[in-house]
Amino acid sequence: MTPEKPVDVHSPAEQAHDLVLARKDILRIATAGSVDDGKSTLIGRLLYDSKAIFEDQYEAVERASKGDYVDLALLTDGLRAEREQGITIDVAYRYFSTPRRTFVLADTPGHVQYTRNMVTGASTADLAIVLVDARRGMLEQSRRHAFLASLLRVPHLVVAVNKMDLVDWSEEVYERIRDEFTAFAAKLNVPDLTVVPISALNGDNVVTRSANSPWYDGPSLLHHIEHVHVASDRNLVDARFPVQYVIRPQMLGPENAALHDYRGYAGTVASGVLRSGDEVQVLPSGLTTTIAGIDGPRGPVDEAFAPMAVTVRLADDLDVSRGDLICRPANAPHAVQDLDALVCWMADEPLRPRQRIAVKHTTRTVRGVVKELAYRLDVNTLHRDPSAPELGLNDIGRVKLRTTQPLFVDDYARNRVTGRFILIDEATNATVGAGMLTAAG
Amino acid sequence: MPTPDYRLSQLETLEAESVHVIREVAAELERPVLLFSGGKDSIVMLELARKAFAPARIPFPVMHVDTGLNFPDVLEFRDKRVAELGVQLIVASVPDAIAAGTVKEEPNGSRNRIQTPVLLDAVEEHGFTALFGGARRDEDKARAKERVFSFRDEFGQWDPKNQRPEIWDLYNGRIHLGESIRVFPLSNWTELDIWQYILREQIAIPALYLAQEREVVERQAMLYAVNEFIAPRDGEQVRRETVRYRTVGDANLTAAVLSEATTVEQVIAEIAVTRMTERGATRGDDKVSDAAMEDRKKEGYF
Repeated sequence: MTPEKPVDVHSPAEQAHDLVLARKDILRIATAGSVDDGKSTLIGRLLYDSKAIFEDQYEAVERASKGDYVDLALLTDGLRAEREQGITIDVAYRYFSTPRRTFVLADTPGHVQYTRNMVTGASTADLAIVLVDARRGMLEQSRRHAFLASLLRVPHLVVAVNKMDLVDWSEEVYERIRDEFTAFAAKLNVPDLTVVPISALNGDNVVTRSANSPWYDGPSLLHHIEHVHVASDRNLVDARFPVQYVIRPQMLGPENAALHDYRGYAGTVASGVLRSGDEVQVLPSGLTTTIAGIDGPRGPVDEAFAPMAVTVRLADDLDVSRGDLICRPANAPHAVQDLDALVCWMADEPLRPRQRIAVKHTTRTVRGVVKELAYRLDVNTLHRDPSAPELGLNDIGRVKLRTTQPLFVDDYARNRVTGRFILIDEATNATVGAGMLTAAG
Repeated sequence: MPTPDYRLSQLETLEAESVHVIREVAAELERPVLLFSGGKDSIVMLELARKAFAPARIPFPVMHVDTGLNFPDVLEFRDKRVAELGVQLIVASVPDAIAAGTVKEEPNGSRNRIQTPVLLDAVEEHGFTALFGGARRDEDKARAKERVFSFRDEFGQWDPKNQRPEIWDLYNGRIHLGESIRVFPLSNWTELDIWQYILREQIAIPALYLAQEREVVERQAMLYAVNEFIAPRDGEQVRRETVRYRTVGDANLTAAVLSEATTVEQVIAEIAVTRMTERGATRGDDKVSDAAMEDRKKEGYF
C-alpha cells in the first residue's frame, strides 16, 4: 500500500506568501527509539506530510522499497553502510517546516552507540520524542531514552505510543502506558510530558487528530510540536557572555580613522540580557566597567540575549581576551577549579581516576585531571554503583575533576550553557566525553 | 529587532549559529580558508563571515577550486565580491593541474572528482588547517550525517563511521599536523532559508539565478542552456525558454529550470512549491548513483 495522500497542511499560494513574509521560530527536536518502534516511519511520515520530501527523493525510496508498500523509513537511512547492514549508524539531521514553525530534527539511532548518539542529539534539543511500541509497552530502552533526555535537561518530552492500530486502538493499552510513563517521569527532571497515541504507518494523530481514537482529547503530534511553549525555557536572568574573539580592525589610512580605536569583544550570549549602559564585570580579572555599545549583525542594538552572536564594546580599556566572561557584578558565575559533574563517556578507552584530560567549557579550554569517580549510574535502573573503577564507552557517572585554571560555571540545571563542558583526549584530540555540572563549587 | 519575548526568528537563529561557528574557527584554528565559488551558498557564507568580524576585515583568505568550466557571470561576480571585501583570493586551477599532469580528465567530461586532488594539493601548499564549505545538510542524505566541524585525516578523507561526537555548540577543532577540519557553518540552513536570507539582507547574486530567455537543449529530461561548454548534439532541437539556475556548478553539467522568476521574491515563491530537490533538478553529476555524494566525500570532496 502507498501512504495515503499527503494532508494539505497549507495551500501553495499561502505557503509562498508565508515564506516570504512570516517570522517563525525554530524548534529543535531529538527523536529516540529503535527501528522496531517505527521511529524512521514516523519521521518519514512527518517529512512527507509536511511536504519536506521531494518527488525525486520519494521516487528513490519507492525504487528501494522491498515489498508492496513504500517504506518511508528508507528516507532517513543515509549511508550505504546503513542500508547494507540495515542499521542506523549516526545522528542524522532533518528539516521541515509548517506555517508556524521550522523544525530541526536530530534523528538518533537506538541500537548502536545509543548513549553517545542520544546525548549528541538531545544536547541541543528543545523537545525529545520517545517512541514506544503499543504492543510491547514501556521497555528498558524507553526508560533509558527518557532518562537521557532528562539528564540533558531537554525541557519538553513527548512519548509517542506507536502502532496503536495493532492493538485495535485500545484506550486501556494507551492509558496503561501513559500512567506507567508518567509515574517514571515523576522520578526524573521532566518538566513537561505529553503522551500521544499514534500510528506512524497510517498517519493517525500524526498531523491531524484521528477518528480511530475518539477517547483521546489531546493534540496530534504535529499540532503539539507546533504549539508547545518554549519562550520560558531559557535563562533570561543571569547575564553571561563568554568572550570568543577580540575584534580590532587593522585597517590603516585616514578613511578608516573611526576604526583606529575600535576594540570589540565578539561572542554568543549564553544567558540573560545585556544592555548598552549596563555595569558589568569581567572575569577572571574582576574589573568592572560599563557596556558602551553592542553591535549585532545589522549594526548597533540596544540589547542582546541568547543565542545572539554580537560584539560588545566596553567603556574602559581593559585587558580582555578569549575565554574571559562578562557578567553583572552582583550576579557572577562561580569561578572554580574543582568540577563536580555527571559525565557521559564516549571513548573506547575508559575514564579512570588520575587521568589527564582537556576540558572545553564555553570559550575556555583548560587542562584537568580526574580526581575521583564518585559512582557509575545504571541508566536502566538509575542505580548508583560507587565501587565502579572506571567509566566505559557509553557509561554515565559522577566525576570530580580538578583544572589548572578556573572556569566560570553555573549549575547545568540553572544554565545549560555555562553548566556544560566537553572532554578532549590530549593525545588523540578526540572528543571523549560530555559533562553537566551538578552543583557549582 | 528583538521581539518583546526575546525570541529570535528562524533566520536570526541560523545567522547567530553560523557567526558563532565562523568565529570559533578563527579563534581556534591557525590557517582557515573559505571556499568561495560565487554560488549562492558560498555568497551567503561569505556575507556571514563579513558580519562575524565587522568592522574588521575577514581574517582569512578565500579560495576557489576553478574547474575551468565556469559560467562567466559567476567568475565576474566572484572577483567583484572579493575586491569589495578586500580579502585575498586563491585560485586552485584544475586546468593547470591537467596541463601539469597531476590529474587526468575523466571520459564523461565531469571534473567533479578530479577537483578533489587539486583542492587537497592547494590545502597542502598553503598549509590550511580549516576549510569553510557552504554545504547544507538538507542537500543530500550523506550530508545529513556530517558534523559542523568535520574532521579529515591527512588525505582529506571523511570517515562517516568514526566522526567526533559534536555536543552542544562546543566544537573540537584540535588536529595533528597534516590533518584538517572541514567546517560547515550553513549545516542547518535549507535552500529556502538561503533565499529568504538573500532577500532579507539584500545580498547581491549573479544574474543567472534569475529567469531570462535562453537557448536550451533538452537532455535526459533536463534543460541545458547552450553556452561555450554545451553545444547542441546531433538530433537535439535548440529552443528558446525562460529559465533560471537553481544551483551553479560546472557549466557543462548544470541544468536550468523553467521559471518566470525575475526577482528574489518570485524565486522564493517558486521554490516553496517545487517538488524536486535542487540537486535532483539540476545536476547531471549526482545522478550516477544513490551514494555518489557519499563516495566523493570519502575521497576528500566537500
